[in-house]
Amino acid sequence: MSEAPHLDTVATAETTPDTPLPYAELGMAGDEYARVRAILGRRPTSAELAIYSVMWSEHCSYKSSKVHLRQFGEKAPDSDALLVGMGENAGVVDVGDGYAVTFKIESHNHPSYVEPHQGAATGVGGIVRDILTMGARPVAVMDALRFGPVDAPDTRRVLPGVVSGISFYGNCLGLPNIGGELGFAPGYAANPLVNALCVGVMRHDDITLAQAPGPGNKVVLFGATTGPDGIGGASVLASASFDDESQAKRPSVQVGDPFLEKLLVECSLELFREGLVVGIQDLGAAGVSCSTTELAAAGTGGMRIELDRVPLRDSRLTPEEILMSESQERMMAIVEPGRLDAFMATCERWNVLATEIGEVTEVTAEEEKRGGRLVMSWHGETIVDMPPRTASDEGPVYERPYTRPVDQDALHEDDPARLPRPETDDELRAQLLRVLASPGVCDPRWVTEQYDHYVRGNTVLATPDDGGMVRLSDDTTRGIALATDGNGRYTRLDPYTGTQAGYAEAFRNVAATGARPLAVTDCLNFGSPEDPGVMWQFAESTRGLADACEVLGTPVTGGNVSFYNQTGETAIHPTPVIGVLGVIDDVTTRLRSAFGHGLDGARLYLLGETRAELGGSAWADVVHGHLGGHPPRVDLTAEASLAEVLATAAEEGLATMAHDLSDGGLAAALAESALRGGVGCEVRLEDPFTELFSESTARAVVAARPGAETALTGLCSRHDVPFTTLGTVGGSSLVVRHASGGFAVTLDELREAHAAKLPAVFGDDG
Amino acid sequence: MTARVGVVTFPGSLDDSDAARAVRIVGARPVSLWHDHADLHGVDAVILPGGFSYGDYLRCGAIARFAPVMTELVPAAESGALPVLGICNGFQILCESHLLPGALTRNRSLHFVNREQRLRVESASTAWTGEYAPGQEIVAVLKSGEGNYVAAPETLEELEREGRVVARYVGGSPNGSQRDIAGVSNEHGNVVGLMPHPEHAVDELTGPSTDGVGFFTSVLAHLGAPVPTPSG
Repeated sequence: MSEAPHLDTVATAETTPDTPLPYAELGMAGDEYARVRAILGRRPTSAELAIYSVMWSEHCSYKSSKVHLRQFGEKAPDSDALLVGMGENAGVVDVGDGYAVTFKIESHNHPSYVEPHQGAATGVGGIVRDILTMGARPVAVMDALRFGPVDAPDTRRVLPGVVSGISFYGNCLGLPNIGGELGFAPGYAANPLVNALCVGVMRHDDITLAQAPGPGNKVVLFGATTGPDGIGGASVLASASFDDESQAKRPSVQVGDPFLEKLLVECSLELFREGLVVGIQDLGAAGVSCSTTELAAAGTGGMRIELDRVPLRDSRLTPEEILMSESQERMMAIVEPGRLDAFMATCERWNVLATEIGEVTEVTAEEEKRGGRLVMSWHGETIVDMPPRTASDEGPVYERPYTRPVDQDALHEDDPARLPRPETDDELRAQLLRVLASPGVCDPRWVTEQYDHYVRGNTVLATPDDGGMVRLSDDTTRGIALATDGNGRYTRLDPYTGTQAGYAEAFRNVAATGARPLAVTDCLNFGSPEDPGVMWQFAESTRGLADACEVLGTPVTGGNVSFYNQTGETAIHPTPVIGVLGVIDDVTTRLRSAFGHGLDGARLYLLGETRAELGGSAWADVVHGHLGGHPPRVDLTAEASLAEVLATAAEEGLATMAHDLSDGGLAAALAESALRGGVGCEVRLEDPFTELFSESTARAVVAARPGAETALTGLCSRHDVPFTTLGTVGGSSLVVRHASGGFAVTLDELREAHAAKLPAVFGDDG
Repeated sequence: MTARVGVVTFPGSLDDSDAARAVRIVGARPVSLWHDHADLHGVDAVILPGGFSYGDYLRCGAIARFAPVMTELVPAAESGALPVLGICNGFQILCESHLLPGALTRNRSLHFVNREQRLRVESASTAWTGEYAPGQEIVAVLKSGEGNYVAAPETLEELEREGRVVARYVGGSPNGSQRDIAGVSNEHGNVVGLMPHPEHAVDELTGPSTDGVGFFTSVLAHLGAPVPTPSG
């Protein structure tokens, strides 16, 4: 559009109805363009087309997912804790004592493939601004990452770049990175997943909403200047699959400035404290287009913007480019005229540029019926005159066709029971070490050591513990715990059950820290919604999550959908990443996952029931390269009971550690607990192969506080949680005994297997 | 008297609230100092906290040294009168201000490193380390991307000769620092720069140890202010 020779005004549009516009290049379908013409009663100006094309893109409008996401609201359990539900920038949950918490996870997958460092960095920046916009101080971040095979050449480009981007942005912003996930599978090779979560804390009274009430109120843009970065990112990058032209899309990735974001955070919090803001919105995907249409739509419906007042980094930008720019670190506020001077003074104190660019206007009844009226001018000429709600709220909604893929039955019939199992103790021992050394199970320290988890001084638990935990402030013992989980192999086998398994795992991880799960956020990563098989996976996955949340009483408070994670015909494993938030009254009672020193001789229990469930397991994947059968059964009632036992055991001081069982089963759990604490254990098993590698859900390893064994097992009995005595903590080896023999692995050998993989591929530190 | 310890906030400072917490924990009063005010408000000592002042976009600490708050701080520190502790980014600022010799360059791995770090306190004769025993090993938090200490050979010799290497990494340098140096002092011992963070090792709940408390009690003892007895 930059080649457009002259300004395309509303007046021009009215007199040149037949001028062709490049709607297809902007990712807009022919019938969508026809609808824009019908709404406006004329052809759109190029500026209006820019707005509609980004606002109606898959990324901004959720046009393919909306019909499925509705059930998160329809099936939402009654929860007194939910203060703000879905639809705002992020949901808000009451965590007691007048504190509220807001949290959300969002994808930045496509930009992170094109330019891993900046793609991942700006992913962190974007989600932090979403949380800030709710009026909360961001207090921690997490990230869930998926890459292609660890040894693939391109993974050596993408993974270090993504990690350095998260490290660069998050560390410089001063937010502790308290956890996340790392996974590898071939399908992610050209479709890495970078899902960033942020959590913020505020007092109940501090909740702010994206709205623009009050005609005469001023519209202020503050933060970074607007440049040509990320233009069309929302519609071009996030809504189309990669093909050979992806190299040509490089300029569409945004560039982040975490220092400016830090100033923007502190400045905004001060503006909130001083009561200088009546509504606020961050500028993310679709930039000024999104913030103006959404703020206007949520307010009077009326807004007038002088687009030429937007401060630019590059004076050659056209109005269309300004509307589509995704320059980072920008916010838009609605400010009462009488408070504008104070607003500007606070921005100046933080060296944050702020510019009044327009005002909220009245709308007539007629205009209200059409969806409000947003008018934008460029040096006095009107270039946009449209009903904002038609762009923000009334975009296209698709009932995409979906069908169960034909290979689904064959996948189920390929049962892992047919796989050869280890026949001797030596083989069993060797396979345990192989699973422990595999990229999806091994020590992620090469990654997590690049993230600051101490800053702000409230981090109680962080990676490698089961969930991250932060104290809400210095003045309280109250804290929150967070975990994210999602197992693409399970979801590939059965999207309904697999999604529930991911959710159950995050729920269990939060419970294993001693916290009580409260609410959910989700990032749904899938292939192309135009593929009926992918759409079936999506429909099943959302149905599974909504059903599970209904049973366990944890509402979905918000999240994000990322489609088009596929190359050619091959989609990624469907990968819903589920974040669960929990609350703990007293963080000093939290449970770590390590066998600490001083626990020598403590009795070790396995809580929950182990079945022969190896479909989608780490063992089948690592040892046999096999993916087939069914994922482990999900029993939500058992998860709820287990969670109650873990939280109560923490509160009453009955346990000294707890570690959930998931990828790699008991084998991985025991090894991890031993390595984290530098203390071994000795366990006795009936059927060592199944007990070590099965990935049955609703299980955890717990060490009883000496003297509290009976109280702990009594607690299990009261909640119908099955338990078995595994053995004892102690020594400097992992010792497994069974009726006909056993084996031992020293901690040194375990550590070598667990820690060597990532440094070997990505380079040794130090 | 209750000692008043200033904590400077530059744009981009991150561990300023953590430094203030550590000051409170030892019973002193933290005083917030703003980078843009050329006024130390009569504080008894100053901490330059960790973070990324001005985004560290030119060179770590290179812009902060020109901040108005430094105009009063530099002469008071140079004279030996004012105890100053620079932690991480604060250490970088002290080097850029020439209050301490040497420079901090990118980690040998070229990556940010966040870990529990064992240190040996080499000098107990500074304003900030008097409460430690010489040679005492402690655990603190290292979190930095540019913590690789370098100095000219003659400077290193001088530091060693004068006992101005305040702390060393134990078990090898995690960032490539020459002679495993984690912290140094000026010739008066009132100005100390330290790459690891003692303020993140003051509470068992949130840190790897409480070994860092000694830096803050030391300055109180140095100032003649009451020092709390260790509560374990």
